[in-house]
Amino acid sequence: MKQFRFQRSQLCIPYGLFLVCFVLAPLIVIIYYAFTNGEGQPTLENLTGFFSSPNTIGTLAYSLGIAIATTCACLMLAYPVAYILARSRMKHRSVVLMVFVMPMWINFTLRITALKEILTMLEGNLAFHPFVNTLIGMTYDFLPFMILPIYTTLLKLDGSLLEAAQDLGADAVHTFLKVTLPLSVPGIISGIVMVFLPSMTNYVVLDMLYNSTYIMGSLIGAYFSAYDWHNGSMIALVLLVIILVFTLFTNRYADQDAGSSRGGVLG
Amino acid sequence: MEKGQVRKMARKGNCAALAVLGVSAACFSFGGAVYAKGEPITLRVCSWEEYIDLGEWDADEAIALDNGTVIYGERPLYEEFEDWYRETYGREVRVEYSCFGTNEDLYNQLNMGDTYDLVCPSEYMIMKLMAEEKLVAYSDSFYDTKDANNYYIRNVSPFIQETLVSNEIGGENWSKYAAGYMWGITGVLYNPELVSEEEASTWKIFGNPKFYRQITLKDNVRDSYFAALGILKADELTDENLLRSQDYHDQLADMMNDVRPETIAEAQKLLDELMGNVYSLETDSGKADMITGKIVANYQWSGDAVYAMDQADEEGFELRFAVPRESTNLWFDGWVMLKSGIDGNKDRQHAAEAFVNFVSRTDNAVRNMYYIGYTSSIAGNEEDDTIYSYLDWCYGAGEEDTDIMDYPVGYFFSGDNSDQRYILRSTASQLGRQLYSQYPPQEVMDRTAVMRYFDADANRAINQMWINVRCFDIADVPTGVWLALLFGLLALVWIGYRRSKRR
Repeated sequence: MKQFRFQRSQLCIPYGLFLVCFVLAPLIVIIYYAFTNGEGQPTLENLTGFFSSPNTIGTLAYSLGIAIATTCACLMLAYPVAYILARSRMKHRSVVLMVFVMPMWINFTLRITALKEILTMLEGNLAFHPFVNTLIGMTYDFLPFMILPIYTTLLKLDGSLLEAAQDLGADAVHTFLKVTLPLSVPGIISGIVMVFLPSMTNYVVLDMLYNSTYIMGSLIGAYFSAYDWHNGSMIALVLLVIILVFTLFTNRYADQDAGSSRGGVLG
Repeated sequence: MEKGQVRKMARKGNCAALAVLGVSAACFSFGGAVYAKGEPITLRVCSWEEYIDLGEWDADEAIALDNGTVIYGERPLYEEFEDWYRETYGREVRVEYSCFGTNEDLYNQLNMGDTYDLVCPSEYMIMKLMAEEKLVAYSDSFYDTKDANNYYIRNVSPFIQETLVSNEIGGENWSKYAAGYMWGITGVLYNPELVSEEEASTWKIFGNPKFYRQITLKDNVRDSYFAALGILKADELTDENLLRSQDYHDQLADMMNDVRPETIAEAQKLLDELMGNVYSLETDSGKADMITGKIVANYQWSGDAVYAMDQADEEGFELRFAVPRESTNLWFDGWVMLKSGIDGNKDRQHAAEAFVNFVSRTDNAVRNMYYIGYTSSIAGNEEDDTIYSYLDWCYGAGEEDTDIMDYPVGYFFSGDNSDQRYILRSTASQLGRQLYSQYPPQEVMDRTAVMRYFDADANRAINQMWINVRCFDIADVPTGVWLALLFGLLALVWIGYRRSKRR
């Protein structure tokens, strides 16, 4: 019998098993359910149903609306904060940054519950503006995920480039628009990815802030609790494809833009 | 999402922590198994979270009843059951107690291959499991009232047993397969300073513009559909001819279980309108929101209404519970044995039936009621008036009380509401309050309807109806947003065009 010999590649086995059990197998189950009907017959009905039902399309639009609005709000709030923090010569910069990130240390349902009370105090009755409340809740929840990557890219930005721009006669506005902003695009992109995707499906925020409209996550749940695994799986699958396309697009855009702007400045 | 999700009375501990306790306790009793004959029986029980007394009461929580019984919860009931079973039947049993979140979750778990011997779902899930022939019938000896250890059949309320016997599915009585555990009705919890009893005593309150955005519906299709039917059929339901007719109850049950496509379509239209009037849908937050004053009325189950009223009393203001005059939903949870778990094993079935009997012992029923806050299906019997004493302990009038009323609860305890033994002397302020919610008066019980399990097609139709109500209608997007989107898109195209030209 051959002696057992330890090889470094064997270290991969646990990870491989993990991937098979928790990524590959569930995906296969989802695909199986998405393309079969209640009797186990293969069908495309769930797919055509997704695109012909006003429910799924409406829910998709609503989810996208929330996600886009949240991402825009986070970006508009986070960029100035990250910029000020990264550019300033503050002594305790990291402490200020910590203050912005600190909410993440507190349990998120707890934070939303507190926010609910604050909003009730301000608005009186939360039921009048469910969309706005959701937007505020999501923005509050995801803001640190936008600040951190932008802050990191801006921190790494080479100061000599800004000096060079000034030497060549650019004023502050031009320096920002032509140098700082293009160079921080990779940070913006990763911030967008980290905010956009989860805010499309995070229905807990909606539930807690009394927004009774379904978004993608809750619609899948509704189908599952009605024992309709097939339509639920199809929605999950379509969502997966949307996310995949989005990620591919942003990755390509980030690479291209980072490359070209660097070339533009340095060349 | 069904009723059960709410049944977390949040008193002590939670299920996860208990699982650890349960395991260590199981190990402990396993060690003691040396003294008993044979292999220990493993009994897998699955029930709602926080739905059984977990013991560890404070010393001053002990309840001393007028009949001399002292109720005190020392250890979780399922652990005490292990001792009781050993002492009574001389055999070792180990209870593996676990919890489920909703009826649908339980059903899905069972379909995924989880095996349990004894579970405690709601009436419609019991019907579904019965219809699918997944249940084991209780043995004949379980119904033998001569056996002193058959606490269930000796103590169960005649009212509950009558409900179980009179309902059938596929030609079989529910009572053969299910043993009642907790029960209740649905109604409207309201703030009497802002809502009158008259306004709260109808399902139409959810469409009442006076309470625009100040009232909540339940976040599940069955409860909301019931309310919608109550509104749609309000005139028929309160019609004198119907109320006086011989077969009122059958007609009522049929009306409140109407799942014809045209009725479902009407209900959808109505629920769409109600959604435009209510504050939100909720399962759990309604009680707290009533107390903080965010809302003035909410759709509530009687047990949770009691809890909310108790909380409000502590805060120093009053909440009340009204039962709509049209009809109300009588629901109950019951213990059923599963074929997949019992698997023809007589010992295990015996242990499962003994478990039901043990939790139906009157002192244990009181412990559960005290802990959970819902009303037990157990009433006691001629010799054992512990439950009635507990009712008296909770709501009986004191010596110094002046506004005394007689409150008959005989329908529940002996099946005869004029039974002189079961006329509680309570204070008149209890009307529309805790006592009224926990043991509603006979005239309320007369208009209860059990909501049945709907067949696959009807079930799919009402679930689809609910999804339609909940989903965003793309036609609701304001024109401004479309214009902004169009503008944004044009801007993007323009930027892209300029960039490509520059290169």
